[in-house]
Amino acid sequence: MSDIPDSPSTTALRRRLAELRGADVAPRPLDARALAALAANPGCRRRALLDGAGVDKGALAKKLGSPAAFGQSQFAFARGHAFEARVKGDGGAELMRLVHARTGTAGTPAPEPGEVAVPDLTASGPDGRAERTRLALERATAEGGWALLNHPMVRLEVAGSPVHLEPDAVAVHPDGRWTVVEIKSFPILDGAADPTKVGAAARQAAVYALALQALGGRVDERMLLVCPKDFSNLPTAEAVDLRRQLATTRRQLARLTRLEEIAAALPEGVTFDPARPADELAEAVRRLPAAYAPQCLSTCELAFHCRERARAAGSVEVLGREARGELGGLTTVEAVLAAARGEAASLSGGDGTDPSDDPPDDPAAAALRRAARLRAEALAGRS
Amino acid sequence: MSLISTLARVEAAATGRARPLTTVRHRHLAERPMVLVPLTTAGEVGAPLGALVGTDRDAPRLLVVPQPRDRTLRFAFLAELAEVVLPHLESAQGTVELQERAETDPETGKRVKVEVELCADAPQLIVPNTAGISYVRLLGRSTRFRRTAEEEPDSPHPAPARLPLLGRWLTHYGERARVPGSSLLLAVTEVLGRHWATGQSRLEDQHLGALLAWIEAEEGTSGAEAALRVELARDGDGVPLTPPAGPATDPAFDNRRLAPAIARHDAGLPGAEEEIRELVASQLRPTWDAVWRALDLLRALPPGARVADRWKRDRWSYTAHRDRLRAGEPPQPRRDDAVTAARKLAARETALAELAAQEALDDPLVMAERRLSGEAFAGEVVRVEPAWSEGKRPMPRPLVTVRTDDLPHLEEGDRVHRALEGGKSQPGVFVASPAPGLFTVRLTGGMGRGKVPEAGSVPEEGETVCWTLFEHAPRGGPDLPDPEETPWTHGGPPDPDALDAPDPVTPEDLL
Repeated sequence: MSDIPDSPSTTALRRRLAELRGADVAPRPLDARALAALAANPGCRRRALLDGAGVDKGALAKKLGSPAAFGQSQFAFARGHAFEARVKGDGGAELMRLVHARTGTAGTPAPEPGEVAVPDLTASGPDGRAERTRLALERATAEGGWALLNHPMVRLEVAGSPVHLEPDAVAVHPDGRWTVVEIKSFPILDGAADPTKVGAAARQAAVYALALQALGGRVDERMLLVCPKDFSNLPTAEAVDLRRQLATTRRQLARLTRLEEIAAALPEGVTFDPARPADELAEAVRRLPAAYAPQCLSTCELAFHCRERARAAGSVEVLGREARGELGGLTTVEAVLAAARGEAASLSGGDGTDPSDDPPDDPAAAALRRAARLRAEALAGRS
Repeated sequence: MSLISTLARVEAAATGRARPLTTVRHRHLAERPMVLVPLTTAGEVGAPLGALVGTDRDAPRLLVVPQPRDRTLRFAFLAELAEVVLPHLESAQGTVELQERAETDPETGKRVKVEVELCADAPQLIVPNTAGISYVRLLGRSTRFRRTAEEEPDSPHPAPARLPLLGRWLTHYGERARVPGSSLLLAVTEVLGRHWATGQSRLEDQHLGALLAWIEAEEGTSGAEAALRVELARDGDGVPLTPPAGPATDPAFDNRRLAPAIARHDAGLPGAEEEIRELVASQLRPTWDAVWRALDLLRALPPGARVADRWKRDRWSYTAHRDRLRAGEPPQPRRDDAVTAARKLAARETALAELAAQEALDDPLVMAERRLSGEAFAGEVVRVEPAWSEGKRPMPRPLVTVRTDDLPHLEEGDRVHRALEGGKSQPGVFVASPAPGLFTVRLTGGMGRGKVPEAGSVPEEGETVCWTLFEHAPRGGPDLPDPEETPWTHGGPPDPDALDAPDPVTPEDLL
């Protein structure tokens, strides 16, 4: 796909995104982790456009006065690197042994040392590296042997714009299958690992697998997750089924509103260049509709800003998705309290919706009135 | 989350102060709990960085590992931890009361009453948050299989003498914490979150400092603003002014403060160890104080009537572990066998149902949630009609009609339950709804053996009663076979001689 010349609309979009990012600002590459997080909240146009345009959301958030601390401890960083180096050491012999043991075809022999091709993937620029990766995969598949691609580069079209991604490794089996390998430094303890961390790794791997599928390969629907065993530094691995994550990510990425549409809704001259004054940036960000949820706090640099805005607007989203779901069509704190007081019909216009949308016998409002009455009764009995 | 607790969150968001979710305290708080605030090294599982631990809020014991990657220093830390924690965990083993229990006699197969010991109290352990509970479990796992010099004289890295024992206790406490309503090991964020609703999400409630800020806000002040300060305020280096309750430290703290200090320690510079101790203490102390403040808040709530009943189960659990240790049983296995695992799950399910029922019975605000969801109804008795069962010995089966605004999900013949004075519950059967808002229940028990109901066992007109559609003492599922009789479908009986080997000590676990 990289040898197809960019269409004029793609070029126009790139120019538009560069304008939005700011004239002299280098784009911030999207990684699979960000993509997986984006796919987890596909309704957020703010995040889709800012990420798609490569805006440095961290710098933007700082300028807006709501910096998010997304640091990594150097201890964790060092440990992660040391572990990955160890796993891949010795020409990847240990890693390929795990690939064979967990995802190899039953009954086939394990790769002998020296039998694994480790193609050189160095090239200048992400496009060059993606091209090298494509050629190496093609060749390894044609040769029908074992191959290990260390830090390959793959491309994925996201919301109309290409994104470069770098998996930890991709293994090519003699039968032509490609397996995504992720190396993580959280432990597999007594055969079990932290489910939230495994889930995050699987979502990330699903993004890589989708990008590999776009190259036309036979991509394994299981990933190989390599982690330290128990309390040691020794690697162990498990195959993790990706079918669900693949389906979800594919669907979510398709649902991501096209960047063109979002960008078209912004007036000319709007920019997210962090060098601009804060109030101008705040206004620009305000024009991009967000879908805030507390889960954003752990995945998006702009989340604290969005939360502040959601709180200022009295939106019930700040209470969490669960609460939001339970309140039905009542979207603001004011509207909920009014409904609880039995004033739903007269006050529901306060959140900007048409009062006729909210008839007085709205079951959500009626349930709230009963809830408020029961709650007040129980609290009054306490003394 | 129920609509009532969501409403409480909305109220809190509107007022800027936390709102009560309960009218009583639903967890047991010991008179003298031990608080443990652990810290760990980022990215290194099982490499503790330090801890504050103790039973006296003014005199915590500070434990620090100046170089967490050094196995000898880790062992020294764990040995010191065992020295502080074990005496506490073992303190209640000696004082017992005798209880009667029905057991099957192995020779005759008959059910016989036997007298068994039950520890009169159990030591309580408190950690700041659920990550702290996981960490206790992890410490237990990392130490219970270790071998001491006595057990394995040739080991190049023998564990300190009492360390495996500490591991077994921590494992037991960590496992017990999975049982709903248990109180041997509590995370204060969880307990606070059970009793108060803040105007933020449950996710944000996991930050102990922010959660406390919402609850501690005085009339006229904004807990929301205080929580925001706690969450976001950082010094010039970007290190948070209120450190996270851990056990993971803040990355900015690691990079700006701790890493340079550890480098100085590794270089053998004088004073470096004291510096690390002070740094670690600076991250622990605010959480330590916060935990004790949280305990003050919780103590101010009166305990629910059935809390003591659940605590008794914790005491049974504690006594059972004591007995297993005394019997010389091996450490808890890495993985439970099929029957043990099924038993644990069944016990937790029963405990969950029991907790839900007991909390509702102890607390009108929790009962209100069940009434709202149609699982209970309360109202004034408007009519009592004496009636008797048919048969040779007619028993009283009076019909009681209540008026209520509640909307219970009832069909004719459904069983309902009512709590009586003294903790017993009275069964009934829903008969009919003679008019909207009126419900008639036939009492089917709890009235004594006579033809005339015992005094006070039938509600009178004008009295307020509360019926629940759920049982008050839910029973567990069917019995499971003994582990020795595990069917082949579940892997067959476990090998009685299989012992989990200690984790191998290799150069690889030098982190």
